[in-house]
Amino acid sequence: MALNDLTYSLRGRPVRPPESGMSRRKSLWARIHLDPWLLLLLLVLMGAGLLVLYSASGQNMAVVQAQATRLGVALVGMLILAQFSPATLMRWTPLAYGGTLLMLIAVEVMGDVGMGAQRWLVIPGVMRFQPSELMKLAMPMMVAAYLGRRQLPPRLPDLMVCGVILAVPVGLIARQPDLGTSLLVASAAVFVVLLAGLSWRFIVFFAALIASALPLLWMNMHAYQRQRVLTFLNPESDPLGAGWNIIQSTTAIGSGGVFGKGWLEGTQSQLEFLPERHTDFIVAVLGEEFGLVGMLLVLCLYLLIVGRGLWLANGAQDSFGRLLAGSIILTFFIYVFVNVGMVSGILPVVGVPLPLVSYGGTSSVTLMAGFGILMAIHSHRRLLPR
Amino acid sequence: MRKHRQALKNARQEMHTFRVRSLVAVCLVILLTGALMARLVYLQVVQHEVYITRSENNRVRVEPLPPTRGLIFDRNGELLAENRPTYNLTLVRERVEDIDATLTLLIDLLDLPEAEIEAFRERSRQRQRPYQPALLMSDLSEEQIARLAINRYRLPGVEVEAQLLRYYPDAEIMSHALGFVGRINAEELKELDSGNYAGTHFIGKTGIERYYEKELHGQAGLRKVETNARGRVLRELGRTDPVPGQNLTLTLDKDLQSLAVDLMDGRRGSIVAIAPQTGEILAMVSTPGFNSNQFVTGIDVASYRALQNNIDLPLFNRATRGHYPAGSTVKPFMALSGLIEGEITPSETIYDPGYFQLPNDSRRYRNWLRWGHGKVDMERAITVSNNTYFYSLAHELGIDAINEHMHQFGFGERVTQDVYGESTGLMPSREWKRARFNQPWYPGETLSVGIGQGYLQVTPLQLATATAVLANRGHWVKPRLAKRIGDAPVPVNLPGTKDDITIEKPQWWQDIYAGMENVLSGREGTARRAGQGLEYRMGGKSGTAQVFSLGQDEKYNAEELAERLRDHALFVAFAPVDDPQIAISVVVENAGGGSSHASYLARDMADAWLLGDEGDEPASDESQGGDA
Repeated sequence: MALNDLTYSLRGRPVRPPESGMSRRKSLWARIHLDPWLLLLLLVLMGAGLLVLYSASGQNMAVVQAQATRLGVALVGMLILAQFSPATLMRWTPLAYGGTLLMLIAVEVMGDVGMGAQRWLVIPGVMRFQPSELMKLAMPMMVAAYLGRRQLPPRLPDLMVCGVILAVPVGLIARQPDLGTSLLVASAAVFVVLLAGLSWRFIVFFAALIASALPLLWMNMHAYQRQRVLTFLNPESDPLGAGWNIIQSTTAIGSGGVFGKGWLEGTQSQLEFLPERHTDFIVAVLGEEFGLVGMLLVLCLYLLIVGRGLWLANGAQDSFGRLLAGSIILTFFIYVFVNVGMVSGILPVVGVPLPLVSYGGTSSVTLMAGFGILMAIHSHRRLLPR
Repeated sequence: MRKHRQALKNARQEMHTFRVRSLVAVCLVILLTGALMARLVYLQVVQHEVYITRSENNRVRVEPLPPTRGLIFDRNGELLAENRPTYNLTLVRERVEDIDATLTLLIDLLDLPEAEIEAFRERSRQRQRPYQPALLMSDLSEEQIARLAINRYRLPGVEVEAQLLRYYPDAEIMSHALGFVGRINAEELKELDSGNYAGTHFIGKTGIERYYEKELHGQAGLRKVETNARGRVLRELGRTDPVPGQNLTLTLDKDLQSLAVDLMDGRRGSIVAIAPQTGEILAMVSTPGFNSNQFVTGIDVASYRALQNNIDLPLFNRATRGHYPAGSTVKPFMALSGLIEGEITPSETIYDPGYFQLPNDSRRYRNWLRWGHGKVDMERAITVSNNTYFYSLAHELGIDAINEHMHQFGFGERVTQDVYGESTGLMPSREWKRARFNQPWYPGETLSVGIGQGYLQVTPLQLATATAVLANRGHWVKPRLAKRIGDAPVPVNLPGTKDDITIEKPQWWQDIYAGMENVLSGREGTARRAGQGLEYRMGGKSGTAQVFSLGQDEKYNAEELAERLRDHALFVAFAPVDDPQIAISVVVENAGGGSSHASYLARDMADAWLLGDEGDEPASDESQGGDA
């Protein structure tokens, strides 16, 4: 428990008056455990996202309002999570991980009962959510909590344990089948291990292992996943089927030019060429209407967020906090890279949304919860003399 | 001490490692972002010319191909719902430059009546997905099509498209049983799988059309077409064919259904017929009906108001939602409850002085025959519809047991497999009364329920179902309307079917049947006139449902009451007794005594089904001393 962890009454006033005398006045931001710079960047991104969404949804205000509501919920989620101290988070980690794993198994079992591809868990009348989404947070927490208690850099037995922690949920998610999410969950765990100082020899060894395992992966893929890869290699081979999205989205981006066609003016995106234009393919609308300039601005915004996130991570005082914060922010970047990469045609299509911009509630909430944890890790530090 | 120093050293070590690693990460992030940016520069600067041309020539459109809705047949393959080719007027908002001018011109060209103009404008405003044609008007006339064609150059974004439109050849007799399709409205649009309904303008609103929407609708296809700059299709580039909806064969028999409508002869009421051993609903009629075809294209305001305000409620489905007191038709079911509970045996008799009194209560609950029936056993009590016997039985059973056993027959709940929108009726209980009126249950109320009055409310569908179960010796088969979907028979008795009703001695079924047979064939039967000349064994039970409660000792005179205050006539019947092929419930509103009217209708229905008579003129209807 950090020294300055005051318990607050409902009104937000300290229950114990701060010791008079030399106690440093905390800024408002520190009091509510938020990082103003990161928050500002996120809000700018959300605003830009809503603007693009309005165009991408065919100027459907209802969609924009729904998304704005979800972002509001996500912000509240971030605020709540920011109030926990890292120690508390670490205590709850095994429970969070275990609970999410149980839900994943439940979904798997329900799927067998004949619901088709099953990703949702429904609490009737309350909500429906994807347990795999929660795993994006529970996974790095678990690996970071485990490694945080051990001597770093991690040794082989530790790696084995991490491997098990990673493999079970990722296997379940990949079976759903949800390639995008399983990729993100796996990379979240891998980042923790890498940041913990995994020796370079191991890294080279694993890279070689993965490369040699690719054929195996190919054998175990669903037909439609293989199709996606093949299509990615040559979109023109199937211009009306799986290649359609890629051809149309690259056309949309390319035709935007340097300055774009202007907001709401994109012919590609306004016509019905882009099937998923307000979800995973929203970047195509951005590229077409705002051009290279718009794309670079948004990418820079993401870079600033990642930079600030890593800065905050470096300020954390224990391994658990550092590793978790670093993993959260790098996973966030992977989202961006994979999404923009697939829409612009340099990566195969896996269902990964553009964070905080694509239409969709669950991913926004998880992402913002991640930022909440990040801010918590940063703002609950003990004040040490520098 | 050393341990502590060690820990500190480790912490510092770890911090350092992390710093190095995050620097590497930053480099990688920048590298990967650089790759993305390079790709974007390539697409948007280097290849810009290629893509801009491609996007300008991108005259490729995806058009949905709506599936053909499945046809609906009766059990003998008679067509009940088909699709007629018609021409519709659609509009794509995004392609219209001046929407108001366009609408004004259209209204002028179509020569719309004043009353329709607002609805027409409203439809153009309905939220659609971008570039989806909105349906403005269906079933255009030749003249309208011609006018639109001449003015086509003035109407960009407006199309006349050929589409199949639902048509019900026997709408009047089938309206309530079949239901109908109508335009998809804004709420439905939100719920729908928009991909599968792209290009579909109609959806099942009620009845079979609604319940089997998924099966009837099918799967939409799509085609990708190349168009010229003005949006006209030049050629097709590829297509996925739609999967047409499946045809539905119903259990209904069109001839029997039509006979039922004739028998009702314009009166208000309902007839339901079920085959007890298979659960097939053979006829389900609610009169008056309406012409459901009016609802397909969108009914005009005046006609709709006329239907809504019609005092006979033609839009109200009495068969599934009409709540009636069951009257004496509950007596066989009451008798069976008494047998199950061991309160009576078939041979036990009571003496009926013409009334029943609760212990310590001076109030007299009267039999309909003032001087009483004398000695009555179970069989005779059913035959002559003796109230005193059933007052006494109800008193002994108590409301809890009555409630339990009536539920076994499906009273108070939804009983069918696929009838859309059926009501539960009302099977009262202590808890219900507490919740509804915040009052305890009084013994006198049990007596009312025992003769089918009081709070008890049943639907004609429930009455027919309960009769079918009774005729089937307690074996439940869920009534259903669909016989086959495509070529596959509809499974019977899906999970959730009620348990069979078992009694101690199978002989008791025969005893109940004997009482019911005598209703039609016995010397004292309440419906003996309808039973004249029966060529098979038929059991029945008449009932009268009071429209309002009569005061104590008040003389009842049908003539003095306005026609609408007269009693409803009810009759339930099944035949043949030893191998039941049909169970029937008849409700004729405000007809007077049940024996005198509803029983003839039930007899004609059974004759038609069992003897293949197409029903001669309904037997004459003479008043014949009613029962209570």
